[in-house]
Amino acid sequence: MNRPRLISIAGIFLILAAWELVCKSFEIPDFILPQPSRIMTVAVKQAAVLLPHAGVTALEVVIGILISLMVAIPLAMIMFAHPSVENAIAPFLVASQAIPVFAIAPLLVVWLGYGIASKVLMAAVIIFFPITVSLLEGFKSCDQEYRVLFQLMGAGFWKTMRLLYWLWALPHFFAGLKVGVSVATIGAVIGEWVGAQQGLGYLMIQANARLRVDLVFAAILWLSAMGLSMWVLVGFLEKKVITWK
Amino acid sequence: MLKVSRLTKRFGDLSVLEEFDLSVPRKGFTILIGPSGCGKSTLFDVLTGVVPKNDGEISWRGESLPHLGKKSAYMQQNDLLLPWFSLIDNALLPARIAGQEMNTARKKALGIFKRLGLDGFEDYLPAKISGGMRQRCALVRTLMFEHELVLLDEPLSALDAITRRSLQSLLLLLQSEFDKSILMITHDIEEALILADDILVLSRLPMQVLERFALSGPKPRGLSDPQLLEIKEYVLHRLQEELNI
Repeated sequence: MNRPRLISIAGIFLILAAWELVCKSFEIPDFILPQPSRIMTVAVKQAAVLLPHAGVTALEVVIGILISLMVAIPLAMIMFAHPSVENAIAPFLVASQAIPVFAIAPLLVVWLGYGIASKVLMAAVIIFFPITVSLLEGFKSCDQEYRVLFQLMGAGFWKTMRLLYWLWALPHFFAGLKVGVSVATIGAVIGEWVGAQQGLGYLMIQANARLRVDLVFAAILWLSAMGLSMWVLVGFLEKKVITWK
Repeated sequence: MLKVSRLTKRFGDLSVLEEFDLSVPRKGFTILIGPSGCGKSTLFDVLTGVVPKNDGEISWRGESLPHLGKKSAYMQQNDLLLPWFSLIDNALLPARIAGQEMNTARKKALGIFKRLGLDGFEDYLPAKISGGMRQRCALVRTLMFEHELVLLDEPLSALDAITRRSLQSLLLLLQSEFDKSILMITHDIEEALILADDILVLSRLPMQVLERFALSGPKPRGLSDPQLLEIKEYVLHRLQEELNI
C-alpha cells in the first residue's frame, strides 16, 4: 500500500479513536452522540432493517442517474452542434442551479407522490447539470487540428461526433459522472426526508424522531458506503472504456 | 494540374497573401521554403478551405474551385492519429467516413502498411509506437484519401534527424509509386534539395515567390553535389536577408 493511502487510513482511525475516547470519558449518552463502535455494531446487526431501505434509495439513485444521462447527453450534443441553442438554454440551466433542490423537494412530493418517482426526479435534477456541463466542455476541448482533419475527410457533424468528439469528451464525461454519482444520493435522501414510505432517508427521519441516533448514524454509514461504491464503479467503468490512456 | 493565381488573403489589416501565384505540375514534387511566419500555413488553410480566401483563383485540372476541399489529402507536423483507434483503424478513417467498401479499403491499407514497413503493427494503439512510426501511419492515412494532390505541411519537422531521413524516402514513394502530385512546406533546405522537383523560395509577408529552382536527377539526391551546395548556400543567404530586413 502506498504512503498517502496509509496516511489517510491512519487519519480516519485516529479521528474514530478520538471520538470513541471522548464519548467514553465524558459519558455522552447514545441518543446524543453514539460511539463509533456502537454505530458499527448497529450498522451490521440491523442490516436486515437497513438493507431493504438502502435498496430503495439505491434504486432511486440509479434510475435518477440513468434519466439524467438520457437527457444530458443529447442536450450537450445539441448545444454543441448549435451554439445558438446553447446561448438560448445556458441562462436557464445556470438559473436552475441557483434554485436549491431542497426548495423544490416538497413540491415534487406533492406532484409526484410519496413513491420513488419524486426521489428519482430529485436525484436526476441534482446531477443533470454537472454531467451536461462537463460533457459540453469535453466536446469543446477537441483540438482544432483534428476538427479540420475530419472536415477535410468530408465528415458531417454526427459522424464527427461519433468518431471524434464523443471519444474525445469521454474523460470529461466520466469526471462529471463521478461528481454526479457522489451527489445523486443527496437528492434522493432529501426527497425521502420530505415524504416517503421507505428508503434510508425515511429511516433516518423515523429513527431521529425516536432518538435512535445510533441508527441514524448507521444509515449515514450505509449511505456513504453506497456513494463510495458507485464512485468506485464509475472509476472501474472509466478504466474499461478509456483503454487508450 | 493545380494552378493558383492572384490569390489574396488578409486578416484585418494584415496582408498574408497578395496576388500570389503558384502551380504544381501533375506528379510533380513542389516544395515551398520560406522564413517562419511567412504565411505558408495560411496558404494551405486557404487552399483546403479551412479559411476563406479574399480574392484570386484556385483551379484544379482546369476547373475553377472555391477551394480544394475534398480534392486534396493533407498531412502535417502533428500526426493527428486518434488515440482510441488502432493504426489500421486510423488509416481506414478516410475510407470509413467516405462510406467506401471496407474490405477493399482494408486490403489496400494493409498493402500500404507493408510497403511503408508498418506490417505487424496494424493493431497497435498510437501511444504504443514511436513518433516516426506514427508519422508513417499518418502517411498511410493520407494515401487512403484517394486524392491525387497531397499537401504536406512540415510533415517531418517533429522527428529526429535519422528518422526523418528514412521517412524522406517514403515521401518519395508518394510520387514514384502512388502517382501523387505533392505540394510540401518545409523549413529545411536540405530536405527540399533531397526531395523536390521544384523549390520555391518565399518572401516575408505578404508572401511572394523570390526564387524558383528546378532540379532534376534521381532522388533522393545526395547533398555532396557542388551545384546543390551552391543552391543551398544561396537559399540560406536569401532567407537570412528576408529575416534581417
